[in-house]
Amino acid sequence: MAHFDPNARPFSHKWLNERLAIDTLKRVLSTEYWIPKNINFLWAMGMVLAVTFGLLLLSGIFLLMYYIPDTKQAFDSVNYTIMQEVGFGWLWRHIHAVAASVVFLIIYIHMFTGIYYGSYKRGRELIWISGMLLFVTFSAEAFSGYMLPWGQMSYWAGMVITNLFSMGSLEWNWLVEWIRGDYVPGQAFLGRFFMLHVLLLPLVIIGLIIFHFGTLRIPHVNNQDGEEIDFEAEAEKWKAGKRKEAKVIPFNPVFLSKDVFVLGVYFIFFFYLVFYHYQFAMDPINFDPADPLKTPPHIYPEWYFLWSYEILRPFPKDPGLIAFGFAQVIFFFLPFLDRSPNVAPANRRRPFRCWFWLLLIDMVALTILGKLPPVGIYTTLGTIFAWLFIILWIALPFITKREKLVGGKK
Amino acid sequence: MSDRRDFIGTALGAFAGLGALGALYAAKRTWDPLPSVKAAGFTTVDVSKAEENVLYTEMWRGKPVFILKVPKDAKPDEAPNGRDENAYEDPRLIKIGNDKFLVAIGLCTHLGCIPEYFAANKKFICACHGGQFNAAGEVLKAPPPSPLVIPPFKIVGTQLILGEEGPEYKQLKAQGLVA
Repeated sequence: MAHFDPNARPFSHKWLNERLAIDTLKRVLSTEYWIPKNINFLWAMGMVLAVTFGLLLLSGIFLLMYYIPDTKQAFDSVNYTIMQEVGFGWLWRHIHAVAASVVFLIIYIHMFTGIYYGSYKRGRELIWISGMLLFVTFSAEAFSGYMLPWGQMSYWAGMVITNLFSMGSLEWNWLVEWIRGDYVPGQAFLGRFFMLHVLLLPLVIIGLIIFHFGTLRIPHVNNQDGEEIDFEAEAEKWKAGKRKEAKVIPFNPVFLSKDVFVLGVYFIFFFYLVFYHYQFAMDPINFDPADPLKTPPHIYPEWYFLWSYEILRPFPKDPGLIAFGFAQVIFFFLPFLDRSPNVAPANRRRPFRCWFWLLLIDMVALTILGKLPPVGIYTTLGTIFAWLFIILWIALPFITKREKLVGGKK
Repeated sequence: MSDRRDFIGTALGAFAGLGALGALYAAKRTWDPLPSVKAAGFTTVDVSKAEENVLYTEMWRGKPVFILKVPKDAKPDEAPNGRDENAYEDPRLIKIGNDKFLVAIGLCTHLGCIPEYFAANKKFICACHGGQFNAAGEVLKAPPPSPLVIPPFKIVGTQLILGEEGPEYKQLKAQGLVA
């Protein structure tokens, strides 16, 4: 058995160290977890995401106390009880709604940062894949949460999205009915999406976040030049006091202080939205209670799903579903579709540079078009941009294969 | 020795696997529609008292179902796509007794709004995007891509059981006329 000092005061540093190895834990997890110096504020997005998830969890706990997952009571429990009776209930709801929307903005920034700097390349594939799993789970979490107020948009979004599982001409209505537990969204549907939203999916997300951190540990985070850093050697320099020379800094307290600064700026933006501009996250149509006999004239998803919705829309039923499925999974394959060994920012990788900006512009365009009614010129543009998305991904292996070696450092 | 360990390991894995399969099956069944939900999936409508050219809307599986006793002259007043033939002759109509009925899910096939029936014009008009259907549910004006959908039905005397596939429904389905 390990040695335990009989004279150690209970809960003293020594006492805890003998039982929990807190010094080792602190060293491994924070003070000797090394981050490159050569990074910018975009490297703080991971922490911004973690904190935003924390806000969602916290505000969700308060909402959970008064929310009633019953088709007859859900709408009033949100719009009357929480919003008007519960002290500061409005605050939790607005934080929850705004954070649910903003978290996707940060996810997209985080993703495109990774694409721009090639942070998914050899050694870092699992970081990318676990991140994509998080994106998919967050999407499911957002969708299931959207059902809960049981307003018109909840109901009809639930109807339309679950209908996608009929797989077009395959007409798998049995699968749709199984997912809903009914022929149309009803009590069984609300009950199971409530469970998914407040328990199963958050558990999966927490597990995936831990996995995502784990995948980062050995390859370490990338840097602005894609330089391959010998982390052990650089860490030794730092520990020997040569802090200017070392290319790395410890996560805690050095990198964390920068994270906290970025978080401070982010919170100004975030709480500005929560207090002064929360309407953008609350669709007015969802303030009408769910009515199975009246469809709202325009059904569109929240902004963060618009680009993939727009890829579904311009095509006939079956090809549309295939294109939609393609858009959902293709990002997972990025580490294997990019055939170039270059780990460098996109602006030094031609023609990947064009590919990157085209993809970004295309997805912004699809997002804008997804909100517009599918008529006239919008339909034409939607079709063009949907095809562009598909063509870009098919072209990726070919254009990256021919890429010249640029070397890690500038 | 290692043989014994392998055996024990395999046996444990097999038992745990069986248990996992059983649990998965139980989980699947828990998600199935409840018997009460399934029982409510059938709606019986007596059409013997239906009046000609008057639209009746029944609820079936949470959706509106249109029931219309189609008059002998069901020619729409105007058809923007030119298909202004008498809807009474349409093969999609269902014969019950000596009368012909339109039985269709009352949701526009464009984006699922509920069209309104204009008895004098002998047609349905959807307020959302201006789609039109004749008294047999055929499209008279886009955007709806296809006719109103005919739900599964069975005819028993003058009663219509929605949700069950009777011979008349199967025949329509075989002819590709239900959707």
